[in-house]
Amino acid sequence: MDLSSIDPVLLIASLMVAATAVMIAAIGELIAERAGVLNLGVEGMMITGAICGFAMAVQTGSPTIGFLAAAAGGALLSLLFAFLTQVALANQVASGLALTLFGLGLSSLLGQDYQGIKPPSTPRIDIPVLTDLPAVGRIVFGHDLMVYFGLALVAATWAFLKYTRAGLVLRSVGENHDAAHALGYKVVRIRVMAIAFGGACAGLGGAYISLVRVPQWTEGMTAGIGWIALALVVFASWKPWRVLLGAYLFGGVTVLQLNLQAAGIAIPVEYLSMSPYIITIVVLVIMSADKSRAPASLGRIFHATH
Amino acid sequence: MVTLEKRPQPSRIVAWSTPFMAVLATMIAGGLLFAALGEDPLVAIRTIFWDPLFGQHAFFYRPQLLVKGAPLILIAIGLSLGFRAGIWNIGAEGQYILGAICGAGMGLAFYPAEGWFIFPLMVMAGALGGLVWAMIPGLLKVRFGTNEILVSLMLVYVAEQLLASMSLGLLKNPQGFGFPGSRNLQQYPSAHNAELIAGTGMHWGVAAALIAVIFAYVLLTRHQLGYHIRLTGEAPRAAKFAGIAPARLVLFCLGISGAFAGLAGMFEVSGPAGQVSIDFNTGYGFTAIIVAFLGRLHPVGILLAGLLMALTYIGGEIAQSSLGLPAAAIQMFQGMLLFFLLAVDVLTSYRLRFGKREAA
Repeated sequence: MDLSSIDPVLLIASLMVAATAVMIAAIGELIAERAGVLNLGVEGMMITGAICGFAMAVQTGSPTIGFLAAAAGGALLSLLFAFLTQVALANQVASGLALTLFGLGLSSLLGQDYQGIKPPSTPRIDIPVLTDLPAVGRIVFGHDLMVYFGLALVAATWAFLKYTRAGLVLRSVGENHDAAHALGYKVVRIRVMAIAFGGACAGLGGAYISLVRVPQWTEGMTAGIGWIALALVVFASWKPWRVLLGAYLFGGVTVLQLNLQAAGIAIPVEYLSMSPYIITIVVLVIMSADKSRAPASLGRIFHATH
Repeated sequence: MVTLEKRPQPSRIVAWSTPFMAVLATMIAGGLLFAALGEDPLVAIRTIFWDPLFGQHAFFYRPQLLVKGAPLILIAIGLSLGFRAGIWNIGAEGQYILGAICGAGMGLAFYPAEGWFIFPLMVMAGALGGLVWAMIPGLLKVRFGTNEILVSLMLVYVAEQLLASMSLGLLKNPQGFGFPGSRNLQQYPSAHNAELIAGTGMHWGVAAALIAVIFAYVLLTRHQLGYHIRLTGEAPRAAKFAGIAPARLVLFCLGISGAFAGLAGMFEVSGPAGQVSIDFNTGYGFTAIIVAFLGRLHPVGILLAGLLMALTYIGGEIAQSSLGLPAAAIQMFQGMLLFFLLAVDVLTSYRLRFGKREAA
């Protein structure tokens, strides 16, 4: 075992990459949940986004188009969930599970012809002087655009919820849909938009895994990241900045265990691979003491009678 | 303009007919899907739903119906109890794996000794393994209020890693020439879950599934605990005032679903699968969720839904080999079924009203 082979600067830089997918997906789910919708289909939307993005990027040769297609694919799939829960008034837990099961099947069907192909590489930002700065250079500069997009998304979501009128309306729908309805807000329309935003974000997160992080297509490659995104929202107490914190914590654990595997530590690989999931559980337990922050109408069905 | 109007009472007729409507809608949508994949939709549907039962090689496929249906039914029965009470164990796949590991581990511990007591011990170990795995989210929920959905699901991924570790390490066959996977329990008579009647597919797991159906039926209709489960699901506030302890209900529902899933895993590993291997689990734990809903969370419904879902598995395999239909198409087909079911379910409690809405 050689722990000195683990470079802390590289560790932090790769942690930011490892955290990006789960962070973007979790922000999308956070918006949906703040509007009062519990969408358990994140995993299904992510994997669908992963293959949509991958396929389009391979077909067109452009990662940008790939990411756009991923967002569209995730949003389109989430509209199925929106139809079930907002129009057909179905149970949100069951509908979310259905979305995940369906998404996993759909993605492996779409992805049959894309196994073992390399996608076009997503360019990194390389600013000649800054990226070469010792330590800070690799951490702050020199990532691909999606890493910065993820950070910007967190900031934008925070500002949206805190400072804009639309954000306030969204929160009111999530806290008390009957009151919001009585005030004349279109509860269903707002929720459908929030669900679609969540789907687009999940799709982007999935495409980040298939286009940048791995980069390859294999069936079921999101491997529970979508569920971890759901856990992150709880961990974050429905606050955007805490999603960032949680995502970096998760990314840190993932990268660290990979590094330990590479360094040949005496713990078997399987037990190291378990660690992100176990730590997610531990964090969930610690955070479950604080129940006050959950949107009051979360998971409840809304039906306007008049 | 179509609007939804709440029925004074949920319609029982609609409630029982929605699964059939959903199956029909899935067949139509599935046919379109197969057509899009370049297959004749009628041939594809016939291959999946008709050939396994009445086709040329039906004698070979009919036993498979029981083999594939039994674990689905056993797991779904356990899950349905919790789902009725609003307790969401969606990590049955993990409990299924743990049941298999513990059951097989117990049997292999005795290898090569023979004895009548080995198989019963394995059954107990399997049930206990699943139970313990399900107790983790159960206890965390009761003690800390942690979300059982997320914890039980995270534990699936942990269980998969554990399975890999077991097939490469502790349970690896010492005479397996270095290949991953345990000894084959089919070649170890005392631990083999053999067919009870040769050529029918009827093994102990099928018997257990049938017993579970009866058990759940009696529990829900004749026992106080079943009444508490139904009450908690249908009127949580009333249940609270009636003094039903939610903690005990959570532990019971998660425990029983875990034990059933563990049993299913144990019967599978000692029978049809034969050994603990890295790719032992094939998603029964997740498909069972669809089975539970398709069966309307009712024991008899689940029995029928489990057989139907087993049919799609077998039909899917036939379609894969004879028509070259991708395996994923069947998975999607099953997901679609749940979608349609949830969509038409609205008609149980609401009726459609056409025309302009009246002024309130």
